[in-house]
Amino acid sequence: MQTHQYDVVIVGAGGAGMRAALEAGQRARTAVITKLYPTRSHTGAAQGGMCAALANVEEDSPEWHTFDTVKGGDFLVDQDAAEIMAKEAIDAVLDLEKMGLPFNRTPDGTIDQRRFGGHTRNHGEAAVRRACYSADRTGHMILQTLYQQCIKHNVDFFSEFYVLDLIFNEVDGERRTAGVVAYDLASGEIHVVRAKSVVFATGGAGKVYKTTSNAHTLTGDGMAIAYRRGVPLEDMEFFQFHPTGLAGLGILLSEAARGEGAILRNCDGERFMERYAPTLKDLAPRDVVARAMANEVREGRGAGPNKDYVLLDLTHLEPAHIDAKLPDITEFARTYLGIEPYTEPVPVFPTAHYAMGGIPTTVETEVLADNERVIPGMFAAGEVACVSVHGANRLGTNSLLDINVFGRRAGIAAAAFAAKAPWVELPESPEADTVALLEGMREREDGERIADIRRALQETMDANAQVFRSEATLKQALADIASLRERYDRASVQDKGRRFNTDLLEAVELGFLLDLAEVIVTGALERKESRGGHFREDYQNRDDVNYMRHTMAYRTENADGGAAVRLDFKPVVVTRYQPMERKF
Amino acid sequence: MTVTTEAPVKETPDAGGVPSFQVTMRLRRFNPESDTEPRWEDHTLTMHGTDRVLDALHKIKWEIDGSLTFRRSCAHGICGSDAMRINGRNRLACKTLLKDLPLDKPISVEPIKGLAVMKDLVVDMEPFYAAYKSIMPFLITTGNDPSRERRQSPEERERFDDTTKCILCAACTTSCPVYWSDGQYFGPQAIVGAHRFIFDSRDEGAEERLEILNDREGVWRCRTTFNCTDACPRGIEVTKAIQEVKQALLFRRV
Ligand SMILES: Cc1cc2nc3c(=O)[nH]c(=O)nc-3n(C[C@H](O)[C@H](O)[C@H](O)COP(=O)(O)OP(=O)(O)OC[C@H]3O[C@@H](n4cnc5c(N)ncnc54)[C@H](O)[C@@H]3O)c2cc1C
Ligand code: FES
Repeated sequence: MQTHQYDVVIVGAGGAGMRAALEAGQRARTAVITKLYPTRSHTGAAQGGMCAALANVEEDSPEWHTFDTVKGGDFLVDQDAAEIMAKEAIDAVLDLEKMGLPFNRTPDGTIDQRRFGGHTRNHGEAAVRRACYSADRTGHMILQTLYQQCIKHNVDFFSEFYVLDLIFNEVDGERRTAGVVAYDLASGEIHVVRAKSVVFATGGAGKVYKTTSNAHTLTGDGMAIAYRRGVPLEDMEFFQFHPTGLAGLGILLSEAARGEGAILRNCDGERFMERYAPTLKDLAPRDVVARAMANEVREGRGAGPNKDYVLLDLTHLEPAHIDAKLPDITEFARTYLGIEPYTEPVPVFPTAHYAMGGIPTTVETEVLADNERVIPGMFAAGEVACVSVHGANRLGTNSLLDINVFGRRAGIAAAAFAAKAPWVELPESPEADTVALLEGMREREDGERIADIRRALQETMDANAQVFRSEATLKQALADIASLRERYDRASVQDKGRRFNTDLLEAVELGFLLDLAEVIVTGALERKESRGGHFREDYQNRDDVNYMRHTMAYRTENADGGAAVRLDFKPVVVTRYQPMERKF
Repeated sequence: MTVTTEAPVKETPDAGGVPSFQVTMRLRRFNPESDTEPRWEDHTLTMHGTDRVLDALHKIKWEIDGSLTFRRSCAHGICGSDAMRINGRNRLACKTLLKDLPLDKPISVEPIKGLAVMKDLVVDMEPFYAAYKSIMPFLITTGNDPSRERRQSPEERERFDDTTKCILCAACTTSCPVYWSDGQYFGPQAIVGAHRFIFDSRDEGAEERLEILNDREGVWRCRTTFNCTDACPRGIEVTKAIQEVKQALLFRRV
């Protein structure tokens, strides 16, 4: 075992982690621990854009942006947080430009902007051009640019190190952050990293589902690790299903395609979104479009031999325009489905895309222990966190914004905390639980395969907790999860080695997914209403009287040694926008 | 990405694809804890429609031998984790469709060359990243930052668009015969990385970067074999970028 000591430890090197590192690294002794090489992070997969009311191409204002975020989030957004994000968006984009990000440009050389779902002028009048972009690889350029700045500023990375536990210790009856336990993939060695401030920036958890735009590595590690240590998880039942995943594969085709004019059609060639959202049509918020698509398929108007997808039509767009604005995603259609988007419509279906919920934080990114208190020294930012700026449904381009705005805030806050806080003693053998977890899994002979259990979990989540949910399907999912958990406890890995044992780490990641699936489904079952990404067939309306509140899920130990989810609730912060019916 | 080990054919909209077929994967394996030499291992699998080499590797790992080790993350050609030598050519496993390879003979999969093998298909990436870092891959400017964005015309932006696509997968560098034989040459990717900034109208560090590329006899080592351009999964014209850097060095003009 090795030990290290840093003022600030950042876990994760996606957009949020590296943005935090650039701030913290210039103020305090900082290390970034990441299970992937930084440039492998899934921020690089983001395509469409990052929004800010720059007003470079038409009139716009941060206030309109705030309103769209709140309304798009179906009024579960904390409005103070949304306002901060929309205001700081402008500097967040300009900062990236100054770091060298090659944004697409207008003829007069300023940053170009395009339309994106749910972003409107003057409180819903019409679509507005708010998304700044770099072709359809905006996330790639953000990730590369932040990594380049980290090289410039000599940021200390521990790459291919998995953080597997969070170390807290009691000081005067209060839980305080003391560091993390990490596992070096190359050697199999455990590292205890002591820190005054810990920032979680571990990204999303899309692998809970089978059909997803998320990477194999997005297994919700940070959320699950925090949850196991008693930190609540907020609003986990809200998962975004992105309308346009390549059918059967889940690979994303950005909303930018529709922003540039692509149209969704059913088997009759009908532009069906005109029926569901007369004003914004194909650019209505994602939950509305995803449900409309699923409904078309359910009612027998799906396309293809099995009528199980709809079509994204770009054939009326100029090939030159497609090449200039959407080169990568049209290549996905060619490579993976053998479809030529110039001339053929592309088969698409909703794909699990984004976790609106996560580790609850204040607007300063401090992690909440409960509705009132923070955990000193613990911070979170990016998709792992829930501030909450996305509420029940995130608007496209608001996540690349979120990771930059709150990533930056996290870096500053973590360094400021470390500058004044005393060191917290490490508890005795802080690595013991991690060692027991790994060795238990490694030593077990002849168990079931991890991959089989994972597949079963993903299938039940797709079948029972996706775009349409009901009490019956959610209860089915919970029962399945419980039995999968029993199977997991008897499962084993085949690779018994120390070096690069990805078999072992996949097993650990499945444990995280099981915990999160249970939290997602438990929250969804309790929420007897439909709001944003969460749609209950048995409760199809939003219920502001009983459910305009955040869910806070805590892990509790049962008398028999098992664990269960306990739900509590937190009020939504409302400043200027009262809930209204969402019409698009 | 969907877990497609058993992707039923009906789930993958079949677009001129082969419904299902047998394929033999010939893998180069090396376990540092038990092997002294790498060895070959064959697995014959039934695969479907638009399955990729990565799906075949997953099928082996998840259904036959959990110890098979390789890197991967995004599974759609964007993160750069899974560059491998497939049938003797560097490609991304997640972007190489099985049906596009000759299926009548085994498909060989080896680690990329020129970097130390750590286990099976995993190589030590540190020397590769070190080469990238050495060319100062970040915007260099002088004077105070403007309050708004720096202006750049669409044409100026277009000038270096090709080399911004790089995902640092190392397919180009590890396909280069000079890189294999010469411990010093920092390889095509580092030159691509430099190109991206040298031809950015906002950057003022071209001189310094060109010195680095010149001093270490960097670019001059390139023998224009075009292996790198063929290998790039992002379609970057790597050799052209290297030529442009050479021109800039000769004429000190960008
Ligand atoms: C295909 C796709 C397209 C998208 N397009 C857009 C878009 O156009 N606009 C937009 O705003 N949003 C978009 N999004 C959403 C957005 O890209 C993500 O929400 C955002 O990039 C998440 O960034 P992050 O920094 O929080 O996490 P990530 O970039 O996922 O990074 C997570 C980091 O955590 C590390 N990590 C994870 N677990 C551990 C562990 N146990 N130990 C150590 N390290 C760990 C990983 O190594 C990685 O570095 C898109 C998402 C997808 C999937
Ligand atoms: S897995 Fe990301 S590029 Fe292949």
